[in-house]
Amino acid sequence: MSFGPHLLLAFLEGMVQASVLTLTALGLSLVFGVMRVVNVAHGEFFMLGAVSAWWIASLAAGHPAVGFVAALIGAPLIVGAVALAAERLVLRRLDYNPEATIVATIGLLFILQQAALTFFGADARPVQAPFSYRIVFPWFGWSGYKLFVIAAAGAMLIAVWLVLTRTRIGLVMRATQFDRETAQAFGIRVDRVYAGVFAAGAMLAAVAAVLIVPISQAHYLMGLDPLLLSFIVVIIGGLGSLKGTVIAALVIGLSDGMISVFFSPTLAKILGTLLVALVLVVRPGGLVGGQSR
Amino acid sequence: MSAPAIAAPRKGLADKAILLHVGVLALLLAAQFVLPEYHALSLTRVMLLATFAVGYNLLFGYTGLLSLGHALFFAAGLYGAALPAYHFGWTAPPAFLAGIAAGFLVALTVGAVALRTTGVAFMIVTLMFAQAGYLATLYFGNVTRGDEGLVLTDAVRRFELLGLTVDLADPGLRYNLALALLAAAIAITLVVVRRPIGRVLVAIRENEARTLMLGYDSYRAKLVAVVLSGTISAAAGAAYALLFAYAGSSFASIHYSIYPLLWTLLGGAATVLGPVLGTLIMFYLIDLASGFTTAHLVVVGLVLVALVLFFPKGILGTVRERWLPWLP
Repeated sequence: MSFGPHLLLAFLEGMVQASVLTLTALGLSLVFGVMRVVNVAHGEFFMLGAVSAWWIASLAAGHPAVGFVAALIGAPLIVGAVALAAERLVLRRLDYNPEATIVATIGLLFILQQAALTFFGADARPVQAPFSYRIVFPWFGWSGYKLFVIAAAGAMLIAVWLVLTRTRIGLVMRATQFDRETAQAFGIRVDRVYAGVFAAGAMLAAVAAVLIVPISQAHYLMGLDPLLLSFIVVIIGGLGSLKGTVIAALVIGLSDGMISVFFSPTLAKILGTLLVALVLVVRPGGLVGGQSR
Repeated sequence: MSAPAIAAPRKGLADKAILLHVGVLALLLAAQFVLPEYHALSLTRVMLLATFAVGYNLLFGYTGLLSLGHALFFAAGLYGAALPAYHFGWTAPPAFLAGIAAGFLVALTVGAVALRTTGVAFMIVTLMFAQAGYLATLYFGNVTRGDEGLVLTDAVRRFELLGLTVDLADPGLRYNLALALLAAAIAITLVVVRRPIGRVLVAIRENEARTLMLGYDSYRAKLVAVVLSGTISAAAGAAYALLFAYAGSSFASIHYSIYPLLWTLLGGAATVLGPVLGTLIMFYLIDLASGFTTAHLVVVGLVLVALVLFFPKGILGTVRERWLPWLP
């Protein structure tokens, strides 16, 4: 394959990476923006989403699309419930102290990882794609499902955007983010907003995981890479800035996917981290607006 | 979760503190004559890992900087010592120094970059660098042999020093070398804590803006803390590689960034002996747990969550608060 088509393939693979990463990082950024806490277990929510997707799909009979759709609805609900429980039982009692929350979510990371290893096993397991249409380019064939992933992530992104800017829920969230105490004074139940946001952030990661799991398999250690990439994205995009997160996720996801095609996925992550070091030297607050906190 | 400010050291009380630490070290020295072989070996490991935790505590406990990437420094020492020993046949003493030098350089570089951020961003950035370091040990697998790891031969661990033949495979010698390293780390911490630089570090932990206003260069002080903490961690890593003749990627993984945090929190952050006690308890807790379950990560996770929820000051932190206010 000559260079031009190879570049096209790398670009398409990069877009798949970018769309999944955007959803995952958006979840992390949303939680940080509203609650001012970093969820180190975010990658494990991603993993849990993929593992639940496999579990649900393996229960469903008939056409693979049935299992996939069931997973797309069920897996985020399971993950959301786990996140909600963690928020109510642990984070709220810590009063969202940033350091204590980080330590507690690390604990959660270990617990979830071990639980997945115990109940799911150490093997990587696939979920069948809902359809197996292949797009045939003159130079190579490409899975139509991957195109669906890009479209679905885009739709999801627009939906999140609409909820945040056009609905009452979004208004309440933005008010809490802007000034927690004033929001409370206006009768907003801040602790419920926090619980909802934490669950929603985890569910975004779960949706991303369900979308990617027919391409890359479910595995109990799969949470660490999305966590690392999400961190890279939120640091480059500026902590808590949603617009910055989306832009940075597209750039990082695309370059990560392209470097992965041309060289190796591991090298892509090392280079991404070095890029962060460079950004921090030049602009400690992140590239796209936002202040460092 | 910051501990209360340390009472200013007064002459008589300060001597009591030194006596306590010398006493603990003497107890460890005596323990090797009564302990059965298995526990002596375990204690050797515990003392090396405790050195790692003591180094971590200098940054986390006293300076108030929560690093989630200390595995990077431990691994820098580990590979800094193991790679030249494995590939070039360096004997243990120069390899140990190479490990420390590698840790120093990595800590200086990472510290200079990561300290441009504060608070939560600092934690994320340290975690990221450590994860990149872990991936690097896998990526350069033809040099590091990745997960499989490097096994050092007995030849590099046997060397002549002042006319004596030293063999690091000897368990008694290993025990005492680990103890010496731990003693050195404790001594360094005690010295730093009692000197002006230590007071500045605690002041940064308590109120960085005010420290800055008083005219202290807080960036420089924090960089000193990162470098010192990273170098002690690297020394522990280098000693671990040489004494146990093995260096593998798993020591660079996120788990080895979290363990020192866990040990320090359990024993009591910002107490000199806290990390040592925490490491000892956690090591035997996991040892015990692995008797009836393989899921020892759950133990780690549950202890972490329980600590921040119910026991944020740790064992010695609570002891200091209730009974022994002079504990450094």
